[in-house]
Amino acid sequence: MTTRITVTVNGEEHTAEVEPRTLLVHFLRDQLGLTGTHWGCDTSNCGVCTVTLDGTPVKSCTVLAVMAHNHSVGTVEGLERDGKLDPVQQGFVECHGLQCGFCTPGMMLTARWLLDNNPDPSETEIREAISGQSCRCTGYENIVRSVQWAARQEVTR
Amino acid sequence: MQVPAHFEYERATSVDHAITLLARWGSEARVVAGGHSLIPMMKLRLARPEALIDINELAELVYIRLADGVLRVGAMTRHAELLANPVVGEHYPIFHDAERVIADPIVRNRGTVGGSLCQADPSEDLSAAFAAVDALAVVRGPGGERTVPIREFHIGPYETVVEPGELLTEIRVPVRPGGSSAYEKVERRVGDWAVAAAGAAVWLDGDTIADAGVGLTAVGADHFCSPAAEAVLRGAPATEETFAAAGRAAAESCRPSADQRGPVDYKRHLAGELTVRALRRAVARARGQEA
Repeated sequence: MTTRITVTVNGEEHTAEVEPRTLLVHFLRDQLGLTGTHWGCDTSNCGVCTVTLDGTPVKSCTVLAVMAHNHSVGTVEGLERDGKLDPVQQGFVECHGLQCGFCTPGMMLTARWLLDNNPDPSETEIREAISGQSCRCTGYENIVRSVQWAARQEVTR
Repeated sequence: MQVPAHFEYERATSVDHAITLLARWGSEARVVAGGHSLIPMMKLRLARPEALIDINELAELVYIRLADGVLRVGAMTRHAELLANPVVGEHYPIFHDAERVIADPIVRNRGTVGGSLCQADPSEDLSAAFAAVDALAVVRGPGGERTVPIREFHIGPYETVVEPGELLTEIRVPVRPGGSSAYEKVERRVGDWAVAAAGAAVWLDGDTIADAGVGLTAVGADHFCSPAAEAVLRGAPATEETFAAAGRAAAESCRPSADQRGPVDYKRHLAGELTVRALRRAVARARGQEA
């Protein structure tokens, strides 16, 4: 049996039929085709599936799609505005913030949330903010630099 | 791909509605809050409820209030909200200590205080913190509301006194002057479950410990506390010797199990040492010597 849900994703309203057991990550990827949200460990450890729910980052492998009914979800596809990359995305470009790219969408969404709430974070605060997300390529150095780059852009803007 | 087995989904719109839904579904229903314990268990088929009653929309259970000497925390309060709350930090820094080391910031955005207590995982940090400060759980059911001392709330691993048909709605913590608290945890890596952890709450009368609470995590302590350590502390001078004696009592009173996080002796050692450290910090805070 399915349930009808209405979810606003990146500002656009979607109505769909889902099984109650459908996880938010699969709803986004398989039903809406938004494959920028990655799907990793399935145990809320790795954080690659991080999206925002009403503006707050959550791990979408451990949220049911039905729980997002009448709520807003933000994914990496929504970071770019009017053909212009978000400063966080540009930071990852400038500072080589990714190698394989698997953790990148979740990292960027958390970084965006961090800078929205703390425009000038310390290195420790950046590392703490992304501590629920695993990167197996960069050793985190360049991710931290990317977020710092974005913070500088926004502070001086 | 890990996905839960089929279940019926009910979205509660009020506490009363949740109670009605729980009565309708009986013992086959489970309440889901943040879902960060239950959903992983459902993926692994360790839990297989016929119905989930979702209480995420119950804004009436999201609050942290201090009034008439009682700190009240709504059951749907997220971990991140408890950690960010300055009133909690002022009166009971033990909760900020504990929240800083519970999972990670993203999980704390979703997981709830009530969900953690009801999950009753033997390694769950808030259970020991609430035990240390002698909290009271408020449980509502079809017949109305009842209160349960937190030290009677957990009746075993993954088991609480909350009956099918009932809902934990609030946790109450009395706020008394002259005290402070702290929580100390050893984990294998950031965000992991505790190898062992200890929480301490102390109330000083000059240099004497007038009252104290000691909570223990992941070491098989009954109801997450150590009355033996508390007996050592009450009426004793707030000195290193007293802390050490309480640490020994805590270590002797617990029953750790060996697992991939360590052998029994190591966990017992940690229970004692972390009790000492938590007491030391709680007393320093009560004296205004440490934040």
